[in-house]
Amino acid sequence: MGDARVIPLHGDDGSRRPRPVPAPPPEPARPDPGPIDPELLAGDRPDWERKLAGGLAFLRRRITGDYEVDDFGFDRDLTEHLLAPPFRPLYEKWFRVEATGLQHVPDTGGALVVANHSGTVPLDAVMTTLALLDHHPAHRHLRMLGADLVFRTPGLGALARKSGQTLACNPDAERLLSAGELVGVWPEGFKGIGKPYADRYKLQRFGRGGFVGAALRTRVPIIPCSIVGAEEIYPMIGNARTVARLLGFPYFPITPTFPLLGPLGAVPLPSKWYIEFGEPIDTASLDSDGADDPMLVFNLTDQVRETIQQTLYRLLLQRRSVFR
Amino acid sequence: MSRHLGGRLAASLAADPDIERVIGVDTVPPPRELRAGLGRTEFVRADIRNPLIAKVIATAKVDTVVHLNITALPRGSAGRASVKEMNVIGTMQLLAACQKSASVQRLVVKSSTAVYGSSSRDPALFTEETEPRALPRSGYAKDAVEVEGYVRGFARRRPDVSVGVLRFTDVIGPGPDSLLLRYLRLPVVPTILGFDPRVQLLHADDALEVLRRATLSDRGGTVNVGGEKVLLLSQLIRRAGRVPVPVPAPGLRIAGQAVRRAGLLDFSHEQLRFLEFGRVVDTTRLRTEFGYTPRFDTVQAFDDVIRSQQLALRIRPALVREAERGVLDVVRTVAAVRGG
Repeated sequence: MGDARVIPLHGDDGSRRPRPVPAPPPEPARPDPGPIDPELLAGDRPDWERKLAGGLAFLRRRITGDYEVDDFGFDRDLTEHLLAPPFRPLYEKWFRVEATGLQHVPDTGGALVVANHSGTVPLDAVMTTLALLDHHPAHRHLRMLGADLVFRTPGLGALARKSGQTLACNPDAERLLSAGELVGVWPEGFKGIGKPYADRYKLQRFGRGGFVGAALRTRVPIIPCSIVGAEEIYPMIGNARTVARLLGFPYFPITPTFPLLGPLGAVPLPSKWYIEFGEPIDTASLDSDGADDPMLVFNLTDQVRETIQQTLYRLLLQRRSVFR
Repeated sequence: MSRHLGGRLAASLAADPDIERVIGVDTVPPPRELRAGLGRTEFVRADIRNPLIAKVIATAKVDTVVHLNITALPRGSAGRASVKEMNVIGTMQLLAACQKSASVQRLVVKSSTAVYGSSSRDPALFTEETEPRALPRSGYAKDAVEVEGYVRGFARRRPDVSVGVLRFTDVIGPGPDSLLLRYLRLPVVPTILGFDPRVQLLHADDALEVLRRATLSDRGGTVNVGGEKVLLLSQLIRRAGRVPVPVPAPGLRIAGQAVRRAGLLDFSHEQLRFLEFGRVVDTTRLRTEFGYTPRFDTVQAFDDVIRSQQLALRIRPALVREAERGVLDVVRTVAAVRGG
């Protein structure tokens, strides 16, 4: 083995400065026609033409990747132009959703929407999102927290991130809330959405109260949200546990129409929906160390749960029938 | 130091009159295009897996050691085994040499955010403190985890040496080769069906500047280094004008094995997981405590690479714009004819 030999690469003149690597010549590209003239899209053009131009512009942005996503993977362009529109007829015509109490949701800044979960398929989350996007004066995007099963599932996982969801965990919830986002959480999780029809409108356990901790630490209001109507869209009269276990699902629903009628069973029953946003529960006046006080967290969790349960009972008394 | 980043770091340190001496160590001499800028840098052809490195540190009374030799890219036809050997055994030898040396006061290690792994159960952004749910089990990512373990051990045994660990996201730029660029240069780009991971990039210029500042400072601890913003993989492929081919995960796993055997790419289990879940890190500490905000965010860094023509665009944005115009014009003409 030889000695460690130091080889100077140049004479020790010390005067040489690093030369930047010369950049390659700019590509002799075809002249870029540039974006479509806004003037061409001006008012005197017929409506369908502007819509077509808008659609084409959207298509071009998608093909060239010219859009922005945030750190969580939320793709606003895609959500507003492609993901939300198909659900609008469902919201307006099929379920005839009546959203009330939207004034309780602030126009700006962080807030945590806590809602009851039901309906076998999380359409209640989609409808709540649409209520806030279309009918809130500030057109707010609801950033939902989902179970890790969602993000592990091919297709669904990517779609969930693009539509603004992220994993239900405290770091993500707090990051979104402190960034001034409106965050939605369904603390009953699979226990709520996959409960038998006989247990409809009975709130399940509210997780471990993690959402209250996140709201306390970021000092944002908690907005209880009660959803009536979602329980009846796919009445779950049975649960094929063995099939669920085999497929790795938390439950496998059996409804009067599914799997009996096959794909037809995927059509939800046209129940009439009410979504009520309740009075915000203030956390800013509480000590932010409150998140470390389990008693305070439990009490607040119970308070939110009770509020939603009472509102559900009230709304149920008010409605005339399931479908009208 | 014979790779892009090492060479440029040596050059910029050699240009700093406050630094007495710059010695670069590598198994092969720097390539010609790097050599021009190296100035008064001296070069030692040595393998850090070999005790010779201790001699270099001792005879030159080295006070600052910058360890960049943790890499995912096999050099030449070297297989995965030799890369791992270089990464892990090389680091152990280097740390052993540093521990023996009385002159060393500062150690900077270039690590990777790959140490966080990728999974569906992790928060959207990793901070330096996040405990990953699924530690990497194979490949380069596992090397990086092991290397960081040895570095922590060294820091415990030599508390007088300040140790800075820099966790880099994928470094990309007009100069250096990278795994990501090799991946994007494939004739068609395989992605995993139903997944669209978030990707965070760091421009090579920013990587260099962070390394330079870390070398000259004596701030210890671990810092995530990455550009702001994220791109989705699908978006990355579209911006690069490449053609994605979504493959179901099991299929890609088999293809990955074949590619790995052929030695084309190190398409390991960890990279497949990355293609499913992606990875983004929180860079607050870099910006506030370390005091450096990258000049390029992820999007700008990637656009810079596209401009440098390292990737042949298959689908040009100008073409898409022309098509858009074309369709609009045709429809308008038809409408005008029918209306008139």
